[in-house]
Amino acid sequence: MNPPVIGALSRPAVERGFRLQWEAAQNAHVLLYPEGMIKLNTSAGEILKRCDGATTIADITADLERAFTASNLSEDVMRFVAMAVEKKWLKIPS
Amino acid sequence: MAENPLLSVPAQPAPAPAPARPGPPLWLLLELTYRCPLHCAFCYNPTDFARSEAELDTADWLRVLREARALGAVQLGLSGGEPLTRDDLEPIVAEAYRLGFYSNLITSGVGLNEARLQALKEAGLDHIQLSFQDSTRQMNDFLSSTRTFDLKSQVAALIKKYDYPMVLNVVLHRLNIDHVEEILEMALRLGADYVELANTQYYGWAWHNREQLLPSRAQVERAEETMRRFREREDRMQIYFVVPDYFERRPKACMNGLGSIFLTIAPDGTALPCHAARMLPGLDFPNVRGASIEEIWYGSSAFNHFRGQEWMKEPCRSCPEKVRDFGGCRCQAYLLTGDAANADPVCDLSPHHHLVTGAVARADRPVVRPMEEKPLVFRSARNSTTLFVKRDGI
Repeated sequence: MNPPVIGALSRPAVERGFRLQWEAAQNAHVLLYPEGMIKLNTSAGEILKRCDGATTIADITADLERAFTASNLSEDVMRFVAMAVEKKWLKIPS
Repeated sequence: MAENPLLSVPAQPAPAPAPARPGPPLWLLLELTYRCPLHCAFCYNPTDFARSEAELDTADWLRVLREARALGAVQLGLSGGEPLTRDDLEPIVAEAYRLGFYSNLITSGVGLNEARLQALKEAGLDHIQLSFQDSTRQMNDFLSSTRTFDLKSQVAALIKKYDYPMVLNVVLHRLNIDHVEEILEMALRLGADYVELANTQYYGWAWHNREQLLPSRAQVERAEETMRRFREREDRMQIYFVVPDYFERRPKACMNGLGSIFLTIAPDGTALPCHAARMLPGLDFPNVRGASIEEIWYGSSAFNHFRGQEWMKEPCRSCPEKVRDFGGCRCQAYLLTGDAANADPVCDLSPHHHLVTGAVARADRPVVRPMEEKPLVFRSARNSTTLFVKRDGI
């Protein structure tokens, strides 16, 4: 099985069995999965909550740049998505 | 993969040790019942479970969920015993879902028919972990002292049908660790996404049967090698191998320190900082029938006792590694040395380390038939009663 090809038009989604939610007690987004939890920093949380399986990485990046008045985020977003796919937090539906 | 995934927080640096006020009980384990159709000789439930008080009722469990969630609990384990023996499992799951828990059913599969699985799915159950005892009907059924292998295989198919990730858990020990290859092949045939090969932790029934269950070092090394080769050629499923701590030189950071993130509620409502902790002497564990989760977690002496580092003795007290492993497991220290405040004897800095290496050395002896020296004692209400009467009188 080859790793999925990830590009600007990929539409990542949170992997089955994982749930992303805001935890007020921790003041952070967390990614929940069987017997585990990843407490996300702000940028990871902001990226993951936009990964709905319908939005492209390009649109996610543009939205983040708008929301945080930043530019040139595409490389960071791509790197994070690749890492999250490798860790199986995200999937790239074909 | 020995580390607990809860403790890996890659996106954020680790919190400083011993904060002024402890963090919330992030991980809540409800042991809904001690009733179980299986009789596994390696179960960590207390051997005297047969004299446990009446189980909590539905309203109590729902209150526990609400109070724990309000404090910040988010991971929920539903275990036992066999949680499916409770006919109110569905409303408990539904309330957990409504509150925002991530719920994980830890089950033998016995009692999980299609109607119940559908109801649990609709109630919002996130995840199911299904146990097998071995790769063959013969060994599975022997080790659990039941005839459940075929049933478990059917349940595995149902779990897939309802689109759950298929997570198999197999507890490893001397009698099945040589079957790791076959166990992994079986998992692959069943379509497992994850397989947890969990070496036995020696508490409860497993402690009672330790001499028969502890594998030899050669067995452990062969199993690890088999798993490594399997991982290389097979990426359809993820394999977790929980290292047997008796073969280590440093202890596990058990529960991330007692009273740090884990809260277990036993069937009778006793609140414990770990599912084995009831054995620890001198601690008056509170019961949810008489106290709120907030009072129990933050205010009770039992939960505060092993927080921080004040309780530690040498060599832990002056050890730089105490911030990493918290001195290891309190229950293991108590079981092996008689004092829960001692260093976990798994640590080779412990003056009691020979108790662990001695057990491993005995396991390394080429005993052909350990079962004939001392039979396995299977977990059953009858054996439970026999054991505690023998120990404590009636």
